[in-house]
Amino acid sequence: MSQDGLALEVAGLGFRFGKKVALDDVSFSVAKGQFKVLLGPNGAGKTTFFSLVTRLYISALGEIHVNGANLRDAPLPALAQMGIVFQQPTLDLDLNVRQNLLYHAALHGMKKSHALERIETELTRLGMLERQAEKVRQLNGGHRRRVEIARALLHQPKMLLLDEPTVGLDAPSRRDIVEHVHRMAREQNIAILWSTHLIDEIFDEDSVIVLHQGRVCADGSVAQVIAQTGAENIAAAFERIVGDMES
Amino acid sequence: MKPLHAWRCLLGILLRESLRFIHQRERFIAALIRPLVWLLVFAAGFRSVLGISIIPPYETYISYEVYIVPGLIGMIQLFNGMQSSLSMVYDREMGSMRTLLVSPLPRWYLLVCKLLAGTFISILQVYAFLLIASAFGISMTPMGYVYLLPSLLACGLMLGAFAMLLSSLIKQLENFAGIMNFVIFPMFFMSSALYPLWRMRESSELLFNICSLNPFTYVVELTRFALYQRFNAEACIYTLIALTVFLGAAIYAYDPARGMMHRKTAGGA
Repeated sequence: MSQDGLALEVAGLGFRFGKKVALDDVSFSVAKGQFKVLLGPNGAGKTTFFSLVTRLYISALGEIHVNGANLRDAPLPALAQMGIVFQQPTLDLDLNVRQNLLYHAALHGMKKSHALERIETELTRLGMLERQAEKVRQLNGGHRRRVEIARALLHQPKMLLLDEPTVGLDAPSRRDIVEHVHRMAREQNIAILWSTHLIDEIFDEDSVIVLHQGRVCADGSVAQVIAQTGAENIAAAFERIVGDMES
Repeated sequence: MKPLHAWRCLLGILLRESLRFIHQRERFIAALIRPLVWLLVFAAGFRSVLGISIIPPYETYISYEVYIVPGLIGMIQLFNGMQSSLSMVYDREMGSMRTLLVSPLPRWYLLVCKLLAGTFISILQVYAFLLIASAFGISMTPMGYVYLLPSLLACGLMLGAFAMLLSSLIKQLENFAGIMNFVIFPMFFMSSALYPLWRMRESSELLFNICSLNPFTYVVELTRFALYQRFNAEACIYTLIALTVFLGAAIYAYDPARGMMHRKTAGGA
C-alpha cells in the first residue's frame, strides 16, 4: 500500500546479476517536494536501482510505487509521473535542442503546441532558450545536462530522478546544476532523487540515503545521519559508514 | 494506452528517424550506390552468362537487369533493417535507447513504432532507387509501382523485425560488423535474388533447400510479383509468418522481465 504525500516508495527491493547481489532489501521513500540524495561509492548499486525504478530491469523482489502507482501492476502511469536524467548522456547529438525535446514530448503524448510552450518555459528557466536551434553536438557537457534536465521536466512529472548527473562536468557547471535542482525542489514541490558519490553536492537541508554494497546503511536528514554515526560532518559520517561496512 | 498518445508517439519516432536519415547523407548515398552498382555493373556483366527462362510472373524473356531488380529492392530493405538495428545498438550503447524504453507506452508498441519508422525510410530509398533505375531504362508499369507499396511494407517490417531481434543479441557495437557479414551476405546469396532457384537446384539440392527456407527468398518473390501487379500468396504468407516470429522474439528479447536486455546492458552500479 502506498501512502499519500509520498512521491516514491521502495520496499524490500532486491536484484542480482547471476550470483552477485546488486541490491539487497532496499527500502526508503521520497516525499513530495523533498530533495533526497542517494549517496554511495562507485559500485554501491545506485545505477542498478535507477534501472529498476525506470523499469529497464524488473525484479521479482520488492515493490516500487511512484505517486501511488505500483510499477509492477501499473507501469505506464508510474512512468508517466517520472522525469529521468540518466548518468549516460541520452540526447541525440545530430538533432538540435528543440528537436530532442519535441521527440521526448511526443513519446509522452504531448500536443505540439503545449510541448512548444513547455519547451520555452523549461529552457528559459535553465538559461538555454537561445540555444534551442543548436545541434546538441555543439553544446558543452554542462549545457547538454541542462537540456536533459529540461527534457525530464517537460511533461511536468511528480518525481525527478537524476543518476549522477554531474559526472564529467567542470566545477562551475556542477555547482550550477546542483543549485538549480535544489531550488526547483523548493519552488516547484517536485520530489527529487539525486544519486551521487560526491559529498559536496549535499546541502544541509537534504535527506540522505547511504547505499553501500547494495544495502541501505543510513536513511535520514543530514543532521540525523551525522548524529547516528557521531561524526563531525556528513563527509566523515559517510566515510565511517562505508568503513564500518567493509571492516 | 490512449490512441492519441500512441499516434503522437508514432509521429514523433517517424520524425526523429527521418531527421536522422536526412542528417546522414552518406547513408542515403550508400543505400543507393550499392544496388545501383549491382544493377549497372554486375548485372551488365552477367547478362550474357546467366540465361533466364520464362518463369512467373514474367510472360516473356527478360533481361538479367530486370530479373535482379526485386532482389536489389530486398537488398535495400535488408541493409536498411540492419542499419536501423545498428542504430539501436548504438542508441543502447550511447544511452539514447533508454529515452525510448522508459516512455509511458507498452514496450511492444514502442518497438513496433521503431520498426514502422525504419520501414518508412527503406520505402523512400527503394523508390529513389527505382527512379534512378528508370533513367537507365529499367522500369515497370506505373501500377507496378503502386502494387509494390504494400509488399514493401510487409517485407520492410519483416526484415526490420529480424534485424531488431539480432540487435537484442548483440552485446557491443563492435560485434555488429561480424553479424553483418554472417547474416546479410548469406541471406542475399542463398535466395532467389540473383538467380532463379531452379538454377540453384541444378547445382545442389541441399543449397536449393536452404534457399527455399530463407525468408529473404520470399521477400524477393513477393516483391517480384508485386512489380507485375500480381499477388504471390505463398511468399506473402511466408513473409507474414516470419514477421510474426521475428517480431514476437524481438519483443520478448526486449522485455525487461523476461528478455536479454538486462543481461546485455548490465554494467555500472
